[in-house]
Amino acid sequence: MKNILIVGASSAIAEHCARIWASRGNQLFLVARDDSRLKAIAADLRIRGAAAVHTRAMDARDSDLHESMLDEADASLGNIDIVLMAWGTLSVQAECERSVALTMAEIQNNGLSVVAMLTLIANRFEQRKAGVIAVITSVAGDRGRASNYVYGASKSMVSAFLSGLRQRLHQSGVAVVDIKPGFIDTPMTSQFTKGLLWVTPSQIAPRITNAIERHRTDVYVPAFWWMIMTMIRMIPSWFFRKLSL
Amino acid sequence: MKRAISGWGGYPQVDAEVIAPTAVGACSNWLDDIVIARGKGRSYGDSASGNKVLQTGYLDHFIAFDHVNGVLTCEAGVTLRDVLRLIVPTGWFIPVTPGTSYVSIGGAIASDVHGKNHHHTGSLGEHVRSLHMLLGSGETVVATPSEHPDLFHATCGGMGLTGIILEATLQLIPITSSRIDQTTIKAGSLEALCEAFETHAQATYSVAWIDCVRSGNSLGRGVLRLGEHATTGGLNFDAGDPPNLPLYAPSFLINKLTVTAFNSLYYGVATHNQRASIPLLPYFYPLDSIGEWRRLYGKPGFVQYQFVVPYLDGVRNMRTILARIAASGAGSALAVLKLFREQNANHLSFPMAGYSLALDFRLTKRVIELFVELDAMVVDMGGRIYLTKDALMSESTFKQTYQRWQEFEEVRARYGAIGKFASSQSRRLGLA
Repeated sequence: MKNILIVGASSAIAEHCARIWASRGNQLFLVARDDSRLKAIAADLRIRGAAAVHTRAMDARDSDLHESMLDEADASLGNIDIVLMAWGTLSVQAECERSVALTMAEIQNNGLSVVAMLTLIANRFEQRKAGVIAVITSVAGDRGRASNYVYGASKSMVSAFLSGLRQRLHQSGVAVVDIKPGFIDTPMTSQFTKGLLWVTPSQIAPRITNAIERHRTDVYVPAFWWMIMTMIRMIPSWFFRKLSL
Repeated sequence: MKRAISGWGGYPQVDAEVIAPTAVGACSNWLDDIVIARGKGRSYGDSASGNKVLQTGYLDHFIAFDHVNGVLTCEAGVTLRDVLRLIVPTGWFIPVTPGTSYVSIGGAIASDVHGKNHHHTGSLGEHVRSLHMLLGSGETVVATPSEHPDLFHATCGGMGLTGIILEATLQLIPITSSRIDQTTIKAGSLEALCEAFETHAQATYSVAWIDCVRSGNSLGRGVLRLGEHATTGGLNFDAGDPPNLPLYAPSFLINKLTVTAFNSLYYGVATHNQRASIPLLPYFYPLDSIGEWRRLYGKPGFVQYQFVVPYLDGVRNMRTILARIAASGAGSALAVLKLFREQNANHLSFPMAGYSLALDFRLTKRVIELFVELDAMVVDMGGRIYLTKDALMSESTFKQTYQRWQEFEEVRARYGAIGKFASSQSRRLGLA
């Protein structure tokens, strides 16, 4: 049995990972903003087989609350074996361009608040010399594009942070997994027209839980996004600037 | 933002605003416009299509599961497949199951689905203990066979037109094995096949595949498959999801030649009186092994025709209709014959005592004309057409064959559903 902390537990991707972990009899500590949704998710996961499910309603974007939440999770779970960080907001690029405050808020939501929690968790895991830290970032962080570079920049910051953290924690036996979803059909992307590249959270969740189990490093979900993003990164900037992506 | 949606058959396409609430409590925020609930989009025609649809896909949480008494409560968007994954390993099964596990519980109840055991067990609605319903007023009520019984019976089989099913509690049935002991009976004609249904009426499950290409003496020849829950073999349900058929087949793939060849092969390889032990999945859901199998019919889509004719003169009437279908040369490879028991208490429930036949047609202009003719025959014979499969029925056919439609409308009026819940099907059928 593993003890798993999920922050952003009402995210569709995180919830489907939680269902896999629950069905294997693990113990979960869920953090999300909306208490009534959290309770519904917790009841569901208990029925699906979780050994125990603890919840805490909290806005993960508020980094002042992180320390006490981690204390509570540690107390409830014993030791945390895995932490999955899955909160975020999909910024509306056009509105960000018109508002400094909104741009800063999006970077706080998707970047800074994640970095803040990572700092605390990294120190705890490093001291214990065990644990897996997994974060849902995005393929959008691989290269800034006109259509969503505010979101992309905040995810990119997290990916760079994770890359460094992975090197630092390697000697301590702590794994750091950067999960980069492509187009996933979730409530966050409800406004998009869905083409061939779209997949559902239940289709990708097994790949994510496997990657966490095997201490993988950078994980594109679905896997074909590795190919797409490698090609996109290779396009020279003088040409990339002419593209509308 | 609007986008084109359709039912499982791909026809008709309707431009819809699709909203997908992430919590049961959020559904009442979406009642300002006329709306229709939509589960997995597995009804064939336009019963879950409309200008605004409320998709229940994220309402997919289990709420309670009593392992001892086999009582399950879940949100409406939970799929039957998810339910089976949970309950089969603990020795329970769903009392009534349709031919696919990729349906939502809410949709299955709204269709009052029937299964291969209808002749004993009736439809799914008869095993629902309670429903949490969101009414047009935004109020949530509990409906059971004894509490708001009118709402309960109008909702089971009510095609989503009474309100939005938020949660359901089902009584399950115990099993000791996840396998089915199957017996195959071959019958050379429709009469022999119907007789075989009678002879084997004690079987828990019975369904026949029928060759609707044949005419003359061997018209309606078929293969009856009987099933009983096995008692050995363990309780397993380790089913993943199959890969999707990646592309639409060219629309000429399914034609008279390929259907005739398929049917002869299917009949030819079946062995009379053969007994076999097979897992639940291939027995109940053979088509679930190919994701998006509908693409076999090509881009234009297909329509399914399922009707029931009353028991009295049923065999003769079925022969008349089958002869008409065989003469059209448009019939499909997968035609399914089933014996039903009597009508239940639900206003718009499809089954009635008699024989039911379901078959697919690749959508063409000729098929649309054929349906008009078949509809008239079914009306004359005192039968009816299954609303869950329907995409083309006229208002007058509906109102002549679903005799309790006015009573249904009265219940809708009583619970504030009129002007709140409607689908493109309900508009076509002349419901308010």
